[in-house]
Amino acid sequence: MEFKDYYKVMGVPRDATEAQIKQAYRKLARKYHPDVSKEKDAEARFKEVGEAYEVLKSPEKRAAYDQLGSGPRPGEQFRPPPDWGAGFEFSGPGPGAGSGFADHSDFFEALFGAAGAARRGRRGIDPGRGEDTHAKVMLDLDAALKGGSRTFTLRIPEIDATGHIISKERTLYVQIPKGILPGQSIRLAGQGGRPPGEGTPGDLYIEVEFEPHPLYRLDGRDLYLELPVAPWEAALGATVKTPTPTGTVDLKIPAGAHAGSKLRLKARGIPCSTPGDFYVVLQIALPAADDERAKAAYRAMATAMPFNPRASLGV
Amino acid sequence: MPLPDAEPLSGEIVEETIVLSVTDLSRMMSVEERHIVELVEEGVLSVLQIDASEWRFSGAALRRARIALSLERDLGVNLPGVALALDLLEELERLRRERETARR
Repeated sequence: MEFKDYYKVMGVPRDATEAQIKQAYRKLARKYHPDVSKEKDAEARFKEVGEAYEVLKSPEKRAAYDQLGSGPRPGEQFRPPPDWGAGFEFSGPGPGAGSGFADHSDFFEALFGAAGAARRGRRGIDPGRGEDTHAKVMLDLDAALKGGSRTFTLRIPEIDATGHIISKERTLYVQIPKGILPGQSIRLAGQGGRPPGEGTPGDLYIEVEFEPHPLYRLDGRDLYLELPVAPWEAALGATVKTPTPTGTVDLKIPAGAHAGSKLRLKARGIPCSTPGDFYVVLQIALPAADDERAKAAYRAMATAMPFNPRASLGV
Repeated sequence: MPLPDAEPLSGEIVEETIVLSVTDLSRMMSVEERHIVELVEEGVLSVLQIDASEWRFSGAALRRARIALSLERDLGVNLPGVALALDLLEELERLRRERETARR
């Protein structure tokens, strides 16, 4: 098991005061909060910081943790000492770190067990019905365009027979509704938390984010593709092969097109009752002048066309 | 892993098909109804028809409420701060999209 240096995670010295620790936590939590942050690995960092704070803010847990020293040398495996935890009492719930999901490292669970894990209080909405739960998943653009089924693995906190919280992996096979957009949620009725004893399970809401697509960029329901064309295709007009989500099409480039010209293919964006459009943005690609014939062709162009591309700059 | 021939779970897109009441939102978020009312009073959530006998929300309120409550809980932000953060996040999102468009 990997030793976690909670002081290092928080960026505070080992003798930091409670106030310093709280300050460091707030700062890091704002930086890595998954709903706010665009940092890479924000969610993982946020959980790590939440876990570190859960330990360091509690005088009992911090004192117990401090007894471990600064851990094994890098790369060495960590095992809790046999007398671990003797003489300490861990009480009270911790913070609801993580967005409603208790999800601790193995290191944390080995030291503090699930007893240290916190759970948001369920404030008696309907005791006969399980809690509604939330998860976020990454989706490919294709699923939104064409629909289809996808498999997701979620970590779901569950209460075991002894009342402890354990984090379980759960695999879901889900039909993706065609036309879903990033930030929207799918409701899966009856897939949420189970109430103790008899009762109706709650619903599970999965909020989708999209993986960036190698070719297409999404804006609302519209899709954008950058299409490179040769200078003569743009100048003279041409019919060129263009990838679209529904397959390759022949696209007519009008004569006199320029870099940045936008061509619209109606209703080939994300489907809906008013579907999005598919925009092709032209880019002029220049052939390299890497042999004598190519150089001669460029020279011939220069002679044939007196052209000042900087005329609008007044030079 | 699911069996290849297993029937996939199917659900609906909350934002498009569902109209929510205060009770729905409070259940979905596991908070008291009073808390949802506070989110409305602070302008974090907007109701579809303010003069209706009972408040109704569009499905888009789900994401806003989820983010608002997680900012409150995880960052200790108070409600006016949450409202401000959400507005700024939306603005940021719009600017990022514009920059992305301009860059291409």
